[in-house]
Amino acid sequence: MYWIALKMLTGDPSKYLAIIFGISFSCVLITEQSAMFCGLMMRTTSQIRDVHDAEIWVMNPNVRYMDDLKAIADTSDIRVRGVPGVAWAVPFYKGAAQIQLPTGRYQGAIMFGIDDATLVGGPQAKQMLLGKIGELQLPDAVIIDEAGFHQLWPNEPLKLGKTFEMNDCRATVVGIFRASLTFTTQPIIFTRFSKARLFAPQYRRSLTFVLAKCVAGESPEVVADRIQTQTRMKALTQDQFSWLTIFYYLEHTGIPMSFGTTVLLGFVVGCAIAGQTFYLFTIENLRQLGTLKAMGMRDSVLIRMVFIQALNVGIIGYCLGIGFATVVGVTMQTLRPILPFFLPWQVLAVTAVAVVLMVMLASLICIRRVVILEPAIVFQS
Amino acid sequence: MTDPLRKPVVICRDVIKDYGEGESLIHALRGLTVDIYPGELTLLVGPSGCGKSTFISILAGTLDPTGGTVEEFGLCLHQLGKNARADFRAQNVGFVFQQFNLLPALTIAENVAVPLVIRGISKAAAMEKACVELAAVGMGDRVTSLPNKLSGGQQQRVAIARALINKPRLLVCDEPTSAVDAKTGHTVMTLIRKLALSPDRVTIVVTHDPRVFGFADRIIAMEDGRVKEDKRVQPNIPVEEGE
Repeated sequence: MYWIALKMLTGDPSKYLAIIFGISFSCVLITEQSAMFCGLMMRTTSQIRDVHDAEIWVMNPNVRYMDDLKAIADTSDIRVRGVPGVAWAVPFYKGAAQIQLPTGRYQGAIMFGIDDATLVGGPQAKQMLLGKIGELQLPDAVIIDEAGFHQLWPNEPLKLGKTFEMNDCRATVVGIFRASLTFTTQPIIFTRFSKARLFAPQYRRSLTFVLAKCVAGESPEVVADRIQTQTRMKALTQDQFSWLTIFYYLEHTGIPMSFGTTVLLGFVVGCAIAGQTFYLFTIENLRQLGTLKAMGMRDSVLIRMVFIQALNVGIIGYCLGIGFATVVGVTMQTLRPILPFFLPWQVLAVTAVAVVLMVMLASLICIRRVVILEPAIVFQS
Repeated sequence: MTDPLRKPVVICRDVIKDYGEGESLIHALRGLTVDIYPGELTLLVGPSGCGKSTFISILAGTLDPTGGTVEEFGLCLHQLGKNARADFRAQNVGFVFQQFNLLPALTIAENVAVPLVIRGISKAAAMEKACVELAAVGMGDRVTSLPNKLSGGQQQRVAIARALINKPRLLVCDEPTSAVDAKTGHTVMTLIRKLALSPDRVTIVVTHDPRVFGFADRIIAMEDGRVKEDKRVQPNIPVEEGE
């Protein structure tokens, strides 16, 4: 029976393609905007995810997201080390720095100060484009991210040995690494914790985070809870801290609203095009459907036929839409890496749900017409 | 008109059909009583708006009467549920429409196979039977053609093949010659007359076309929703007996 439905559907290629186009277009809008939204949200947590060694972040209880910097006591790392289940804990500084280039130009930067002895929290070896993380032990040494280097020295090839000043202290570039893109576009600088205190303006407290790892067999969530109870500081696993940051941006910025509006528009446009074309397709086929009904086809079979048609255009439109969105997204990101595009399976699932809703709505309107259709229509001239 | 020597298989008593309500109420049928017998060709004639289409819609089970009774093959069709009536149509009724009503996206063999597929027969088996049926109406060499590649007469022959593939006990033809030329109309009516002579089949043809009158065994003339005249006639064309 379903071959009749599919033949009727594809019998007029222009209408068939119009319905598929409507769904595909909607899919592209929904997928593209959702993937860009996810990409942006991922960037808000890139500095958390770039720290690979630590499982737990300990911070001031009032911290609401990664860039909400509030100092804690300089001895906090020692207190965290004393909590059962903690394998190690190291200080981790994050703050703003003001770079002054020899040309006199100023540039704001994000500075990280990592533990002098272990260098935990610094870039991974695979991220290093030039130099080594161990070279941070050299005097005045800093490591800078690739995008930051190009920002400070435009049109110059990557090169070690460049110098600049921060807080009237000389800094020498001993390494260049590729950082995950951040939400802002400032250069990222890594240095030792002790040097960071010199490079940054002085405050009474200079420690912002403590990074910790659990002993083998301990759950990071349990240990984080334990740290929180014992030290009265906020302790979160890497995932928890990432989500805290993401939720802050969701709640306090217009990003979800603007992307959500486009996603909604995509859905509405898809519903409108697919729904209208599908409805017109059904209206134009009413006589044929009436003929089938007159010949004894039951309503339930006709309804299934409409669903099969809807499913067909939905699946093809979805596949074409997400395929096109992915190709465009990946190509654009290759050409301009600064563009955020992150396509997790959840975006594909959301788009699939949107398409299902779209074709369901379209087919429900059509089904109503089919059900109320009098087969006697075939005798009307 | 009743025939004491034969038993009617379609018995209509005081059939009423109204459309709309209030000021827009239209009485399409006003107490129509008629018996129809198998093995003969019954023509339903009359001016536009006299209720012919309404009447055959009710006979075919595609429309409910407002009042009166319609009994077909021992069943009071309009007391059946929607699905049971659909099944009745699938098993007992063959349709030949004025505009052929072939599905344009299907080949003619597929079109002819549709009634069998509706009855749950597999596509392959239905297609096989459809090809035989098409050969019987002289369309055996065009089974893979699409309807829009055929002339009006050819399309009507396909429609007849589709109507007959279920071996229906009730064959309803709505203006079968109005969309074809005179010669093709003659061929189509010859074919329908041949089918109508099958002793267990009721064949009703609605027509305006006076050239068709010569094929009839009985002519029921309608006016204003009533039977104006019901007469038996001698066909004046040569036909072969049997199907």
